Parts: sequence; structure tokens; C-alpha cells
Amino acid sequence: MPILLVEQFPVLIVGLSMFLAYTMLLVGYFNRKLLLPMSLTWNSICLVLSLFMLNHVLTVGPIRYWQGGWRPPWGIEYVDDAMNCYLLVIVISIVILGLIYSKGNVEHEIEEKKRVTFYVLLQLMICGLYGITITGDLFNMFIWLEIASLTAYALIAVAGGRALRPAFNYVIMGSIGACFYIFGVCWIYSVTGTLNFGDMRLLLPLVYDNKAVQMAFAMIVVGVMIKAYIFPLHLWQPDVYTYAPSTISTLMASVHVKVMFYILIRMFYSVFTLNFIRHFIGLDMLICWVAAIAILAGSLWAIRQRNLKRMLAYSSISQMGYILLGVGLSPLSPWGLVAAVAHILNHAIGKGCLFMTAGAISQQEGLRDIRDFAGLGKKMPYASAAFTIAAISMIGIPPTAGFATKLFLIIASFDAGQYPFVAILLLSGLLNLVYFWRVIDQMYFAKHEDTEDVGAVKETAKSLPLSMTAPMLILASLCIIVGIIWLTNIPLPLINHILSNLRLGVTI
Amino acid sequence: MTLEWIVQHFIEKYNFWIAMLIIIIGLSATIVKENFLKKLIGLSIFQSAFFMWVVSLGDVGRNILTTWGLKTGTIPIIWDQAEAKGYIYVNPLPHVLMLTGIVVSAATTAVALAIVIRIYQLYGTIEEPEIIAKEKEFEKEGGEVRNAHSSG
Repeated sequence: MPILLVEQFPVLIVGLSMFLAYTMLLVGYFNRKLLLPMSLTWNSICLVLSLFMLNHVLTVGPIRYWQGGWRPPWGIEYVDDAMNCYLLVIVISIVILGLIYSKGNVEHEIEEKKRVTFYVLLQLMICGLYGITITGDLFNMFIWLEIASLTAYALIAVAGGRALRPAFNYVIMGSIGACFYIFGVCWIYSVTGTLNFGDMRLLLPLVYDNKAVQMAFAMIVVGVMIKAYIFPLHLWQPDVYTYAPSTISTLMASVHVKVMFYILIRMFYSVFTLNFIRHFIGLDMLICWVAAIAILAGSLWAIRQRNLKRMLAYSSISQMGYILLGVGLSPLSPWGLVAAVAHILNHAIGKGCLFMTAGAISQQEGLRDIRDFAGLGKKMPYASAAFTIAAISMIGIPPTAGFATKLFLIIASFDAGQYPFVAILLLSGLLNLVYFWRVIDQMYFAKHEDTEDVGAVKETAKSLPLSMTAPMLILASLCIIVGIIWLTNIPLPLINHILSNLRLGVTI
Repeated sequence: MTLEWIVQHFIEKYNFWIAMLIIIIGLSATIVKENFLKKLIGLSIFQSAFFMWVVSLGDVGRNILTTWGLKTGTIPIIWDQAEAKGYIYVNPLPHVLMLTGIVVSAATTAVALAIVIRIYQLYGTIEEPEIIAKEKEFEKEGGEVRNAHSSG
């Protein structure tokens, strides 16, 4: 069989991303203005490579790369099927927009001397995210997970001040989560003697009733749930998102958490199977109800918040509940998985846009409290418009992206015969409307006596650079375009591939 | 509760029990302690105990009652006569994995310590309740912890 160039792309993306991060450290010593263009150029190349990979996966089949030529049960294998490539394209696109956004934002929020390390760590975090997405080995995944997390801890703490205590909490919680994950991995390793996804999927059914395997599953799920802040384990998250630099909260809310959740999807469908989850530990309905509670609790807490970024953080908790609900419904109806996969994209663009606007508002006007937002629609027309569109998408009004998710989830609930979740979804849509409308109302309709004065005082504030407005407008328009695309037949082959890959496993 | 049962579940698996005990000590310290440094020490204990557990997992000749350490596994080098002579190998993979794990744990500790130092410089204390009290104080005065964001 001839070696295809596209089969080398996974290792190129990961390897050169890491190489670039260390090169940037050297280059930054001489010229720190080069860092962002370097990172942007390489990530744009990555986008092209990942599109080629997606095309190859959809037309030919999964890409396999054996590290050092060692065959899978012994060596580390990179396996990329439709799910991987789909997520990789999303991650890279949002990362590129985030990097463009960071240009104006970093000048405002990060001290001059810290910018070199900031960009180096950012590139390393991006590399970790690519690694998690690409790898097909449980332990390798742990390493990338830790690279992505350790750099994230440091990037949050870069903001200084109030960000430090949340950053420390995140270190503790995140490390416990990662340890639980590797604990579970070692536990199944002790039973099966392999670390490869595909190999493990073949060996595990023989020992499904083994207590160690069931315990390992629980450990892995809890560990990853801490990282992906599923409701009862979300305690580190609101503070982190509130006080981290805007670029970092954008990337963490839109991409980082999706990649963490992707680990859970891999565990559910490719390492363990739905058969195991349903019949050996009977967790599927529990997962649905945890997700339902997460959806409602996140929204209710979001309503109580006055700080915009904190409100968005709680909204993220509720939105992660949607993805988990989709996964929980998937044993009963394939539409559940479709909704989960779709919402990974929809939430990434929507929440990315919202956090970008929140950062822009606090940068230009210095406003963080929602009650001070009166008259913002006139002062920051582009940011307000982007916020409104993304908020509409989060609420789920057609034809936006969020509507597609809600539609798929409601179809899944009907299909599965789980009617309570339909009610919960509709209620959650109303709650989303409440807390997002509060902001939009303040922005456009609130009559504030001091508006003119505030405007006069803030007149000196620089208007937003194009590098900050462009990404959020692109994301806002994507919210509508993607929403329309989901409702057509265009993504059908992709979804079929993802479904068949996740049903039949990575190797088959 | 025969002697055999006790031997089978406790004495033969002594490494698991010891590791689990230390893991629980570390984890409870991480959760209960309010001092950030003590939390971090707890985390380190937790991770180290976990590494101990995994490394002991690889050792196949671990049955101390029957062999008393006389017939533990040998080094894992491929050798033609090994099987004929009845040698058993120690599984090297857990050791290798934990080597990486130790590096990760060292990096985590380093990042966390750096953050603790910054916290101490900013607040003058590393006790969580005192820090929260100071944050509230700052908020009430409307003042800023350096480049802090106002809270909701």
C-alpha cells in the first residue's frame, strides 16, 4: 500500500505545533512582534491540513499513523475518524479567530514583559488541544490533556489579581480530575493489558462484568467531568472564566471544554460501548437527569449574576448540559448523538462570540456589570450586534445554530419517548431568554439619564481595533450560516460518518 | 473471615491497601485543608501514592507468602532461555507510564507553587478564608486588587 501524504498530517499538526511553541520562545527573545504572525501562519496551515484530513476521512476512511512504525498494541497510534477531524476543524478555526482577537486584547490586558510567554503558552495549549483530538491512545491522551491543562492554569494566572485564587482552585480540581482519569486508565490497563482505543474496545467486552472495569469507567467519567465542568463538578469554573484574560476565557469556553468533552464521547462510544453503559452499569438515564439538572441549574444561576462574564460562565455550564443530554439520550435514539455533535460546533461559535464581545465591552468601556450597559447599542454597534445574534443563537430562535441543537434534542427526546426532557428543553429556552434578554434590553432599550454624560466621558476611549471586531462578527454570522446549514442536507454525510464511526468503533 | 480470606484479600494485596490509604490521606488533605500550600502537599501525596500503586501493579512476583521475595520477576529483557529457566518478567510499561506521570506531577506542582507565590505577594497570606475576606474587603472599598475585575 502506498504511503499517502495525508496520513502524515496528524503527526505533522501535533509535532510542528509543539516545535513552533519552543521556537517562539527563542524568537520572542529577539523580536516579540513576530510571535502572533508565526502562530497565526502555522495554525492557518493546520486548518488547510485538517480540511484535507476531513476530506480524506469522508471519502476514503480513517487515518492511522503509527508512531515510530510500532504496530498498535505496542506503539502509540494516532487514529483519526470523522469525529476527530470534525472536531479538529472546529478547534483550529476557533483558535485562529481567537488568535486574531488576541492581538488587540493582549495589548490591553497582558503586561508587556509577559507577552512572549503568553503566546508561547497559548501555542502550547493549542498544541495540547490538537493532541487530544488526534490521538488514539489512552495514555497519550492523558499527556496531551495535561499539556492543555497545565498551560491553561498558567494562562489564567497571567491576568494576576483576582484571577490567582480561581487559577489555584483550578490547578487543584484539574489535577484531581486528571489523576482520576489516569487512575481509571491504569485500572483498565491492569485488566486488559492495552492502552489503544481500538484494541481495548475488542478486549473489554470479555470483562464487562469485572468490578475493576466498572470502577475504572466511573473514575474516568468523573475525572473528565471535572475538566468539562458538568454540573455538580463545575465549582472551579465561574471564577476562572470571570477573571481570566478575555482571549483565554474565549478559547476555554469555546474550544478547551469541547475537547475535554470529546474525551468523554470517545470513552462512551469507542473504548466502552453503549451496551456496557446501558446493561452493565445502567447509567444512561442517570446521565440524562444529571444533564437536565445541569441545564436548569446553570440557567437559574446565570439569571442571578450581574457580571456579564460570570453570567456567560454559568450559561456555559447549562450549555454543556445540552451536550451531555444528547450523549445520554443516544442509546435510545441516534438523534441524541447528532444533537451532541452539532452542539459542540454551535456552542463553540456562539459562546466564543459572546465571550469576545464581553471582553471587548470591558476593554473599550470598562464595563462588566450588566446594569451599567445602558446605551451600549449606540456606543459599540458592532459588538452589540454580534452579542445579540450570538445570544439569539444561545436562546434557540430559528434559523440560528442554537435552534438546530434544540430541534435535534427535542426530536431525540420524542424519538426516545422521554417526554420530560422536551419540557425541560423548552423551559431552559425560556430561562435563556430571561438572562440574555436582560442584557439586550439594557444595551438597546434602557433609557439611562447619565448615558450622554458617560458617553462624553468615555469619548476618549479608543474604538475597538478591527482585529477584535472582525472575529466576533465572523462568529456571529457563522451562528446564522451554520444554523441554516444544519437544517439542510449538506452535513448529512458527515453525520453518517460520525455515527458509523462512533457506533462501530475506531478500528472497525 | 478465615485466615485464608484475610491473606487473600489483605496480605497478598498489601501494596494496594497501602497505596489506597495514602491516596485517601492525600485526597482528604487536598479537600479539607484551607492553607493553599497544605492543599498542594496533599495533592502531591495523592499523586505519589497513585504512582506507587501503578508501579507495584507491574511487579508480577509479588506473592510474598509463597515466595518471600525469592522469586520476583526479573528485568524485562528478551532472552531465549528465560522461559526454559522459569523466569517471569516484570511488566515495564507501568514504570514507563509513571515516569511520564511523575514529570506531569512535577510540572503541576511547579505551576501551582508559582501561583501560590503570586497569591502570597498579592494578599500577604495563603489561608483561603483570609483571602476571601480580603477580596470582599477590596470589593467593599471599591478598590482594586491589582488589575482585578469587579465581581458580580
